[in-house]
Amino acid sequence: MAGTGAPKKILEVSHLKKTFNAGKSNEVTAVDDISFCIYEGETFGLVGESGCGKSTTGKTIIRLYDPTSGSILFEGEDVSKIRQRDTLLHFRRQVQMIFQDPYASLDPRMKVKDIISEGIKVHSLAKTKDELEGQVEELLALVGLNASHANRYPHEFSGGQRQRIGIARALAIQPKFIICDEPISALDVSIQAQVVNLLQELQEKRHLTYLFIAHDLALVKRISNRIGVMYRGKLVELGPSEEIYSYGVHPYTESLLSAIPVADPDYGKTHRRIVYHPEPDVKGEQMALRQIAQDHYVYCKQSDRGFYQEKLEQKKL
Amino acid sequence: MADIESVLTIENLNISFSVFAGEVKAVRGVSFQLGKGETLAIVGESGSGKSVTARSIMGLLPNNAKITNGSILFKGEDLVQKSEKEMQKIRGEKISMIFQDPMTSLDPTMTIGNQVAESLRLHKKISRREALTKALELLELVGIPEAEKRMKYFPHQFSGGQRQRVVIAIALICSPEIVIADEPTTALDVTVQAQILELLKGIQNKLATSFLFITHNLGVVANIADRIAVIYAGRIVEIGTVEEVLFNPQHPYTWGLLSSMPIQNTNEKRIFAIPGTPPDTLSLPPGDAFYPRNKYAMKIDARQMPPLFRVSPTHMAATWLLAPGAPEVTPPAEVIRRRELFKERAAQAHASNTS
Repeated sequence: MAGTGAPKKILEVSHLKKTFNAGKSNEVTAVDDISFCIYEGETFGLVGESGCGKSTTGKTIIRLYDPTSGSILFEGEDVSKIRQRDTLLHFRRQVQMIFQDPYASLDPRMKVKDIISEGIKVHSLAKTKDELEGQVEELLALVGLNASHANRYPHEFSGGQRQRIGIARALAIQPKFIICDEPISALDVSIQAQVVNLLQELQEKRHLTYLFIAHDLALVKRISNRIGVMYRGKLVELGPSEEIYSYGVHPYTESLLSAIPVADPDYGKTHRRIVYHPEPDVKGEQMALRQIAQDHYVYCKQSDRGFYQEKLEQKKL
Repeated sequence: MADIESVLTIENLNISFSVFAGEVKAVRGVSFQLGKGETLAIVGESGSGKSVTARSIMGLLPNNAKITNGSILFKGEDLVQKSEKEMQKIRGEKISMIFQDPMTSLDPTMTIGNQVAESLRLHKKISRREALTKALELLELVGIPEAEKRMKYFPHQFSGGQRQRVVIAIALICSPEIVIADEPTTALDVTVQAQILELLKGIQNKLATSFLFITHNLGVVANIADRIAVIYAGRIVEIGTVEEVLFNPQHPYTWGLLSSMPIQNTNEKRIFAIPGTPPDTLSLPPGDAFYPRNKYAMKIDARQMPPLFRVSPTHMAATWLLAPGAPEVTPPAEVIRRRELFKERAAQAHASNTS
C-alpha cells in the first residue's frame, strides 16, 4: 500500500448484479447490486457463508460469468462489456484465478509443466522451447517446488503441493491481479499457513493485488488490508480488516466473528455465539451501503446510520 | 482414567495397506481408552491415520487394509476378531459413525424419515410406524424445523448444515454407546460449524454416549472434548486432557499446530507454519517421523523412535525432549503464553480448592 498520494484503484466494481436462470421459476440473484473497489498492491478479503455470492463475485469479475448488470472497471476500463476475443484475452493476461479445490482444478492428464506453460503458450510469452522450460523451472522454484516435479502428473502431489502448482499456473503469465477463491479451505491446518505465507511473499516480490475469498474471518483478517462481508448477495459491511475484526458492527459480521472456534475450553464456557436474524424486508427507506467512519461502511437504512456510528464508538471505547 | 469405566480400549493397534508400491503403515501402535460418557478428540492431518483408526473400530476398512497387530476391546470383546456378520450387529446399534461429507453420506433417493428410521428397523424388531415416530423425535432433537413435514423430503431439499443434523440423527437413533464423528464439521461454514458443535455438545449433556471426535482443527475440539490425542504419521505423539494438551503441550508437533492457528493476536507479519510436508508412510524414517520437520530435533530423533513419556497421570507425549537429561528448549511464543495461562489457572483452581 506504500506509495505517494492517494492509492490507485486497480478494480472498481459498481452495482454489480448476477442473476442465474433469469426469468425462470428458479431465478436466483447470487450477487445483488454490490459496489467496492480494490487498490493496487492491497489484499481485499471477501468473507461470507456458502451461497452468499462471494465466489460468484470473483468469477464474474474475471468474466467466467457474464454480469447481469453493473460495471467492472479494471484499470479504468469497463471489462464487463468486452465482447472481442482478443480484448478479453488481453484482460485475462492481467487477471488470474486460484481455485478452491486443488484436486479438481488441475487436469489429471496433463503434466505439471504443461499445466503451468499452457498460459505462457496462449499468450505467446516464450519465444523458444528452452525459454519456456526456463520459465516453468523458475516458476516451480518460486512456489517452492523442484524442477524435477515438472514431468510429473497432479495425482503424484499432496493437496498443498497441488495448490502450489495452481499458484505457479496463475503466476505464469505475470498477472497484476489474482483472485484467490478459498485457496486454502481444502488444506490441512499445518499446510494452510505455508500457502498463506507463500501468497504473501509473492505479493511482495511481484507487487500483486489480491482478491481473497474465504469464509474464515480469522485468517482473512491476518492477510487482508480491507475486508468486505457478504450476506445473501449483498455487501453488508466494508472496512479496514483490523476494524472489521475488532469492531465489526453489522449483526451478521458479529455473528460470523462469534462463530470462530477458539482453542480454549474456558473461552467456550463463557462465550455466547451471536445468532443473526436478518431484518425482514420492509418497503420504505432504502437500504444502501452507508459510511459510518473513515473507510468503514455498513449496509443499512439512512435512519440507522447514526445507530451504527454510535455502536462503533461504543465498541472502540 | 481409572475412575471412569472404559467402553473402548485400543491396544497397540497396527494397520497396514498393501498398495502397488509396497506396504503403507497407516497406524503404528496406537493405544488409548475411551471412557463412558467421555469425548476423546483425535487430532491430526490428512494421512496421519486418524480416519483409518476410526474405520477400524467400525470394521469398515477397505479390502487392501489389514490389522497386523493389536486389539480393539469394546466392553471386553475384541472387535478385531469379529466376523462381518457379528460386526453388522454392532455397527449402527452399539457404535455408530457421523461422516465428514453430509452431501454424500445420505441416500438421495430415500426420504429423510425413512433414512433415519432405517437403522432402527434393521436392529430392533419394531413396526414401521413406531420407527417413524422415533425418527421424528430424533429429528426434533437435532433441531430440524417442521420435522414432521420435512420427514417426507429428500436430502437435496436440505442445506449442508441440516443434512449434517440428519446424519447425526441417524447416528443416534439406536442410542449407541459410542459415536465416532469423523470430521463432522470440516465441510461446513464457520457459522454452521458452530451450530453443529453446539448441537453435539447439547447431545453430550443429554445422553451418556461416548464420543470419538476426529478432526484436523485444534480450535474446534476445545469446547467439546474432555481429552485430546494428537496423532502424527500413525502414532499418538501426545495425549492428555484438553487443558493439558492445549495449555501445557510438550510435543513440538503440538507446538506447531497451536502456533499456526491464524486467530492469534500477534504482530508477526507471517503466520507460523510447520515446515515441510507429512512423511511418506511408505518409507518412514527409522527414528521419530516428525524429525525432518522438527526445529527442536536432537540427534537421537534420527535414530530412535521416542516412547511416550509421562508428564502427569493423564498426560503423555512422545518426544525425546522429555527424556531425563534432555536439553532445555524454548518453545514458540504462543506455547509460552499458553503455559503461563495454564499455571495461572492451576493456581486459581488450587486457591479455590483450599479456601
